Amino acid sequence: MSLRTYTIPLSILIALVLQITPMPSVVDLYRPDWVLLVLSYWALALPNRVSVGVAFITGLILDILLGTSMGIHSFAMCLSIYVLAANYQRLRNYSVWQQSMIIGIMSALYNLVVFWFQHLITDIYFLFEYLWPVASSMVIWPWLFWLLRKIRRQLRLK
Amino acid sequence: MNLMFSKGPSLPNRLVLGLLLSIFLILFDHKLNGFATTRVYLNSFVSPLQYLANLPGELLSVSASRLVSHEQLFKENAQLTREALITSGQLQKFRFLEAENDRLRSLLNSPVKNNVRREVAELMAVDNNPYSLQIIINKGALNDIYESQPVLDDKGIVGQIMQVGSTNSRVLLITDVTHALPVRVARNNVRLIVSGTGSLNELIIQHVPHSTDLNEGDLLLSSGLGNVFPEGYPVAEITSIVSDEGRPFLQVKAKPIAQLDRLKYLLLLWSDINNNEPTEEANL
Repeated sequence: MSLRTYTIPLSILIALVLQITPMPSVVDLYRPDWVLLVLSYWALALPNRVSVGVAFITGLILDILLGTSMGIHSFAMCLSIYVLAANYQRLRNYSVWQQSMIIGIMSALYNLVVFWFQHLITDIYFLFEYLWPVASSMVIWPWLFWLLRKIRRQLRLK
Repeated sequence: MNLMFSKGPSLPNRLVLGLLLSIFLILFDHKLNGFATTRVYLNSFVSPLQYLANLPGELLSVSASRLVSHEQLFKENAQLTREALITSGQLQKFRFLEAENDRLRSLLNSPVKNNVRREVAELMAVDNNPYSLQIIINKGALNDIYESQPVLDDKGIVGQIMQVGSTNSRVLLITDVTHALPVRVARNNVRLIVSGTGSLNELIIQHVPHSTDLNEGDLLLSSGLGNVFPEGYPVAEITSIVSDEGRPFLQVKAKPIAQLDRLKYLLLLWSDINNNEPTEEANL
């Protein structure tokens, strides 16, 4: 029972840790948006448990962890997760590859919104390198989907 | 399965609520700096996650240090002994010069400089936020770290403390886009302002008139004018000067002296000028 109640928070925590683990700068560019991916899975699978509210809180934690202005990541996260949670019935019927495309679009939206806010606050310039996470998130999605579905079915989460 | 959102507001309402709250937080944090004190608690609240994220790297470096060969240790030991000898030799001369300097200063009736408190910190994590250059060190409010405290490495100035947590704190590097610091040229005391570019080993110097006496290779020292960094520490070396008369100013680029891409041990200084109020220099 206890494992079942803590599975979702635990998976989000692991995603947060993966998001901030120090990496060599060569690999760092290609780091997938772990938090967005995990939240996307839960928003598609169990939209009654994970949706905009959880995304907002996780985004705030991400803001503190990454040292950005409070609210930037929560804004982007809310927006992306809303799109997924609002269309979950349609998206569930897609094949994993089609879902992966949608996740790519959501990841691009997320990264661009974060960039846009940072651009308003400081004067950074856009580099196409900032969009590498979109590609890596799309590649990771099928595997993450498979893993989390296995966990969800094993523990019969509802 | 329970398909309907039976409890609470509907999904679009939640979205609107979340977005409005986010925008409010951004304005509150950025424009009003409303989280200045709360950040300490928030940072300490999430610091277990940071320690957890740091664990794999830590384990790797521990196992690497266990696998160092005997020969390598001998070599390192010999090198360190040699360095210590050279430094202590220089230090003897430095003590003499310092005493002489103090005497001269007292002759001139100018204030004698005191030794400042300093402490060594270790790098905990390099931030992976691509839009800003920050690092996290393993000292925090419990070690009397304060906001806008200068941070150095063995070569020169690295940056300043940006946010303090209870056991760790965040350092803004001098090459960050939002950072600028006042310097002077070691050769002729020309005063300049060095700004970051967002790339790890490049700094730019803006608004330099064409007539300014600058050479490539000039060393830039901190001038102490911003009351954040103490005077006389190496900051950067000028790498290129482009003089295009069609533009209003010289285009000057510099390279930081501190090795920002290979930081490990850092030196924290406690300035004796102002321990009370942080200045508004690198306010994002």
